[in-house]
Amino acid sequence: MNDARGASRDAIPKEPSMARQKEMLGAHYHRLAHATELGLRSAYTFVPGNLTELLLSFDVLPVLPEINALQSAMRGKSADFIALAEKLGQSEDVCTYVKCDYGMLKSGNVGPTGERLPRPDLLLLSYTGCFTFMKWFELLKQEYRAPVAMLHVPYQGDGRVTAEMRDYVVKQLRKVVIPALEKVTGRRYDEDRLKELLARSAQAEEDFVWVLRSARHRPSPIDAYFGGVYYIGPIFTAFRGTQEAVDYYRILRGEVEARLAAGAGPITPEGPLGPERYRLVVEGPPNWTSFRDFWRMFSDEGAVVVASTYTKVGGVYEDGFRHDPSRPLESLAEYCLGCYTNLDLPSRTAKIARYVQEFDADGFLVHSVKSCDSFSAGQLVILREVERRTGKAGAFLESDLVDARYFSASNVKNRLESYLQMIEQQRRGAVSCAS
Amino acid sequence: MTVPAAGDLAPLVARAEDLAFDLELRSVRAWRSAHPGAPAIGYLPVWAPRELVHAAGGIPVGILGGGDRIEIIKGDACFQSYVCHLPRSVIELGLSGRLDVLDGLLFPSICDVIRNLSGMWRLLFPGKLVRYLDLPQNFDPAVGGVFLRGEFERLQDDLVELGGRRPSDDDLRRSIAAFDENRALLEALHDLRRREPWRVPTSELYVVARAGCVLPVEEHSALLRDYLARVGAAARAPLDNARVVVVGAFCEQPPLDLLRTLERAGCYVVGDDFLLGARFLRGAIDARGDPLDALVEAYLHQSVAHASVFCAEREKGEELVRDVRGSGAEGVLFAAPSFCDPALLDQPMLQAALDRARVPHTSFKYSENTGQFQGIREQAGTFADAIKLWSEA
Repeated sequence: MNDARGASRDAIPKEPSMARQKEMLGAHYHRLAHATELGLRSAYTFVPGNLTELLLSFDVLPVLPEINALQSAMRGKSADFIALAEKLGQSEDVCTYVKCDYGMLKSGNVGPTGERLPRPDLLLLSYTGCFTFMKWFELLKQEYRAPVAMLHVPYQGDGRVTAEMRDYVVKQLRKVVIPALEKVTGRRYDEDRLKELLARSAQAEEDFVWVLRSARHRPSPIDAYFGGVYYIGPIFTAFRGTQEAVDYYRILRGEVEARLAAGAGPITPEGPLGPERYRLVVEGPPNWTSFRDFWRMFSDEGAVVVASTYTKVGGVYEDGFRHDPSRPLESLAEYCLGCYTNLDLPSRTAKIARYVQEFDADGFLVHSVKSCDSFSAGQLVILREVERRTGKAGAFLESDLVDARYFSASNVKNRLESYLQMIEQQRRGAVSCAS
Repeated sequence: MTVPAAGDLAPLVARAEDLAFDLELRSVRAWRSAHPGAPAIGYLPVWAPRELVHAAGGIPVGILGGGDRIEIIKGDACFQSYVCHLPRSVIELGLSGRLDVLDGLLFPSICDVIRNLSGMWRLLFPGKLVRYLDLPQNFDPAVGGVFLRGEFERLQDDLVELGGRRPSDDDLRRSIAAFDENRALLEALHDLRRREPWRVPTSELYVVARAGCVLPVEEHSALLRDYLARVGAAARAPLDNARVVVVGAFCEQPPLDLLRTLERAGCYVVGDDFLLGARFLRGAIDARGDPLDALVEAYLHQSVAHASVFCAEREKGEELVRDVRGSGAEGVLFAAPSFCDPALLDQPMLQAALDRARVPHTSFKYSENTGQFQGIREQAGTFADAIKLWSEA
């Protein structure tokens, strides 16, 4: 297939980090498909506030339903899954991740690699930053009749983590989550093993943060939203704490260092990006049903996302947090409490305004998705407040996560192009004023 | 046809309706004038520890949005079309100055929208107390209980900063007793409605209960006592209506005309979750020991099963089936606000429980400012007729 630039998509070589990630994910889903033969247990859990190191210390494999949903959308399967869920009584008004996952479950629970996912041995409900998670797992509990361990992570209503909040989470880890894992696996909690995993997490996190910070350079060597989605893959899913994750982020960093040295921009699915014309900050998750088209709308215009909030939903590391093996459970608690969707709106607003300034962005854009109240409710106020603080006009796009019915390509493209034209006019205005 | 308010009930019900839908909060302003320096603290659905505000010498004020009685202009500019209606009207009330009488607002954990509204409030109304009340999902007193006590203590500190007093244990016990009495009176009215629904039309009970949002608890209890005495004596004849439970309206409230529509359609509402916060705790609180611990304990072990609380141990929907059986209801009406995640995500699970128990049900959605009821009337009427036909078969 040839794209607009005349290059064959298939001919575009994958970077080693991408190939490595694909292998890692493939192996993970294969292990999941054969978990029973391999004597492994699985726990269904969520990306924000995930306890991957703790699960891996028990040799429990994580399954992440929202990742299943977005993978289904990228493979063009979400429409049928959502339709089935709605046929089974789910409202058209509610989260499409839930409906897509539920439809997939009811269709045989076949994962993205074509192999069947295992039934959960444990539903580890890390209730972090999203109310819908709770309802989602009530539904899964009914379907699977699996035991549930509920971890309530308090919300940062005042924009800070208190000792009481951390203690509350640690107590739940000790009294609820760890006993549930011990019961499911028949093994004792091994803190030394957890510490080893956490030490590796911190190593990977260092390189991950370096990669995201590289976007401060001009031109940015990465796209921190569309490309960022791939960069967060291992650390947000099943690999935090593993040597594979450490290796992946080392390779990725090497690639970005090389691009930086060459003064090159990001790699897109259509190949290296041309000249960087616009630097943008994006708030909100992407649309997954038209992910490549959505990205191409940006890349065709030379628009690069230099910072995004979505790449912080599985952990905010840029402010200095690292998993700390010397305080294993406290560190896990602080990780959960610090995830982006667990931040209050003033903190989110301040973060976006800071991104605009620190990454020297030309503007910022809110991609508001119908499905996700946790992200979306309040974004219009955030938009106005960031505009006020930065003096830059923002843009507001609306679609959905995995429901293609809510992605209007022409509408999104028109709005984006209008916004970029406005930035261009402002630049010309600034130049003519200066002259 | 409407059930008329009997005789001397009419002035009482009219006063209650004025109070219940007074968006200018005149009664709260009057109370503030009479109690200078004492805090007035608003709270959103579903439940907040009103006892703590009362014990600090303040007045808790239930904020349930503007319903169908306010035009939304600024509120709509703050939310996308796919967010429910309640936060729009709450923002509208705030930006139009109607909530200026309040010293602060409590946002209990119920959903992501109300949670984020707390942050919007911080941005839009700097200087006002904004407290997100993170009610625990862990019900172990040594874990969730300790956390909740910390939340309560923090709120008590806030109230002192706003001019409230730091209550003694006896102060708090008296406040707990005042709300215990209020809940008992509400429960008596609900019980009477369960037994003889023709005596207590839901559209009346609703306004009488909702008046409590803006009255000191003692005054509201007096109103309830008065209503209970009069309604028990009023001559009202039973109709051949279907007995239904209404589920899903615990946060954004249905317009009053929607309740009247259900009654006109041939339904006796014998159970509902409107204004649930006032009935969130079941039974009296034993406050003979540490009263703050008693309030914590009541939340942990005396609260109703609800969409905002994770259903861990029990079967989803078993309480609903029990309520249906206990109230002698013949069916369930799922009435959820559009885009209400807690209600709408609960609904299929509750419907499955009803199906297993062979309880008929139907569902519709509304917004607090819904103005067209013909469709709902036809649906509820058909449902009631079907129940009557089945029961006769």
